[in-house]
Amino acid sequence: MQKRISTLPFKGTAEQKSKLDAVIAEHKSQPGAVMPVLQKAQDIYGYLPIEVQEMIADGLGVSLEKVYGVSTFYSQFALSPKGKYNISVCLGTACYVKGSGALLDKLVEELKIQPEECTSDGQFSLTACRCIGACGLAPVLTVNDDVYGRLLPKDIPDIIAKYRQ
Amino acid sequence: MDMVNIKINGVAVSVPQGSTILEAARYAGIEIPTLCYLKKINAIGACRICVVEVKGARSLVAACVYPVNEGMEVFTNTPAVRNSRKTTLELLLSNHDKKCLSCVRSGNCELQKLCNDYGVDENKFDGAMTPSEIDDSAAHLVRNNKKCILCRRCVAACREQFVNVIGANARGFDTNIGCAFEKKLADVPCISCGQCIVACPTGALTEKDQIDEVFAAIADPKKHVVVHTAPSVRVTLGESFGMPIGSNVEGKMAAALRRLGFDKVFDTDFGADLTIMEEANEFVERVKNGGVLPMITSCSPGWVKFCETYYPDFIPNLSTCKSPQQMEGATIKTYYAQKNGIDPKDIVCVSIMPCTAKKFEVGRDNQSAAGVPDVDIALTTRELARMIERAGINFSLLPDEKFDSILGDSTGAAVIFGTSGGVMEAALRTAADWLEGKDLPSVDYHEVRGMADVKEATYKVAGMDVNVAVTSGLSNVAKLLDAVRAGEKNYHFIEVMCCPGGCINGGGQPIQPATVRNFVDVKGLRSKALYDADKDMPLRKSHQNPSIQKVYDEFYGKPGSHKAHECLHTSYVERKKY
Repeated sequence: MQKRISTLPFKGTAEQKSKLDAVIAEHKSQPGAVMPVLQKAQDIYGYLPIEVQEMIADGLGVSLEKVYGVSTFYSQFALSPKGKYNISVCLGTACYVKGSGALLDKLVEELKIQPEECTSDGQFSLTACRCIGACGLAPVLTVNDDVYGRLLPKDIPDIIAKYRQ
Repeated sequence: MDMVNIKINGVAVSVPQGSTILEAARYAGIEIPTLCYLKKINAIGACRICVVEVKGARSLVAACVYPVNEGMEVFTNTPAVRNSRKTTLELLLSNHDKKCLSCVRSGNCELQKLCNDYGVDENKFDGAMTPSEIDDSAAHLVRNNKKCILCRRCVAACREQFVNVIGANARGFDTNIGCAFEKKLADVPCISCGQCIVACPTGALTEKDQIDEVFAAIADPKKHVVVHTAPSVRVTLGESFGMPIGSNVEGKMAAALRRLGFDKVFDTDFGADLTIMEEANEFVERVKNGGVLPMITSCSPGWVKFCETYYPDFIPNLSTCKSPQQMEGATIKTYYAQKNGIDPKDIVCVSIMPCTAKKFEVGRDNQSAAGVPDVDIALTTRELARMIERAGINFSLLPDEKFDSILGDSTGAAVIFGTSGGVMEAALRTAADWLEGKDLPSVDYHEVRGMADVKEATYKVAGMDVNVAVTSGLSNVAKLLDAVRAGEKNYHFIEVMCCPGGCINGGGQPIQPATVRNFVDVKGLRSKALYDADKDMPLRKSHQNPSIQKVYDEFYGKPGSHKAHECLHTSYVERKKY
């Protein structure tokens, strides 16, 4: 799946920047530094928007396209921020045959975002994941660390309401 | 040199150690097909078209990257090899639009040729047909990823040019060649050189075709349509009509342009001579008055944009002279328009260029001496070839004709502009005469000729040591500028051309397939044709061109005059990388 690029405004802090600068300085002379720096940048910012990737490209003396190419190749890198509550729908085999695809569709409809996106108020983000090992509860979704199982699409609005402020 | 003995298809051959199987096969007179491999640019062994059998090897190996060793036995034409290549091609086609009929590369497409050679079934597999949009945002180029085979030759060419704005994004079926954050090419710091286009084996990358605009202008009775052709085009256009590389077709080209219906057929070489007048004068002035040195040439719009974007601290070093294309256009729309009583607004000035960046240059600010653009449409050599085809002109049967006077009159100094070192040599011929105050007998500056990455020389001119450097290909340029910036090199004058080898290898030139590029010195043959043309010219110094003298007498006054500055010089801007 093509990664979703965040359209939300970048809210990086000076503190985050100085942390990233230190990471870049640490890896600058090392061949193949893009991967480890992207990993640590994601730890610092939670995701890898263009502003962060430009800092990495400038800092390491490589092109922005090279950084972006790596960030879109590996599934571990996110180009969109996570919300305060990240809703993750299992699309593993068991959940999928039990109808988790419909859960995801309902979430897209209710939250008005696509998978890999975050709502503009920063409250919710949506991801699709593979098996989380709770097949007995299929279909399942998680909201941060809370697990919800044996769901139908009509259960979704109540779950969202529980977290919405 | 250490040699190794191997057998290819049973034929014993002795080849230098370190050769790849592909190179070794060439020594044995055997062709192995390639797609992703491009000598000195891309050697990644990815496409699997060049696979061969090696006795004792577990599986087929990629000949383009597999080194030979003593006693090796290679088979390039077995059933297993042929089947593998055919399946690879059929898999490539499963994700390809297969619209050959309307493709500009039809007949000159490496994928099409191989599919034909191997008798593929183009509908063997139903692939994902990854959705993609055509990117025609830039002034010079169109990308259609539905024709892309992901060979990455364009990515490698862009990397060789030190620009790196395109690369492989995402993975699996989603893998696509594009720019960071899915931006359009016009929104990233591409310098428009077009080296990606000439590297592309298919029709995924093409110049932005403007020949319909030119045909429309010619058909419009209210328009006075004037054309001029760059120095290098005369030694490359013939390739589009099956002539050997290095054929000089200047006369046939002039005849073809006249038959296409242009009202006047001029030569950018006149503009090149004019450039030397202004540039040599600017150099002499900078030396005498303590101006910014080294002065760096500004003929190459890809280089100028690279400088503005990646080395903006060198902008004061750039000569303020417009390029020959723009000087020719400016002179057409001012001097020529006045003299012939034509409103410059009614003139359509078309240029034929070896270059895609020229399409960008015509739209730059401060390139409109008469209040209208100096040049309206810049076509590449390839587009001119297509116009000639479409018009039903049998190029090889054309007689040799001359350019129209006087903006088609030129010297040998101008024709060598088309190869790396030519602008420097032309400038030295004139600057040396001016500084010494006499007509010097020597005109050949061999030290700045050839295809080396960097050429350096010191010439004694009027008692002064003039250090010059000539470089081309932006990775070489970047290294040279880094050295100048660090104070390691001390030059007075530098010639920079964006494309490796200069305009003869420009991004708008006829596309030679990898099978030719990998084994034939294309740049060298084209370059030699220009030096041969120079040698045969009666006049070989720009300032001795009587038509140049006439235009100065009647219009510009003298080099560096107020009028010349208004019409023939320009300015530069710093450009942002992001």
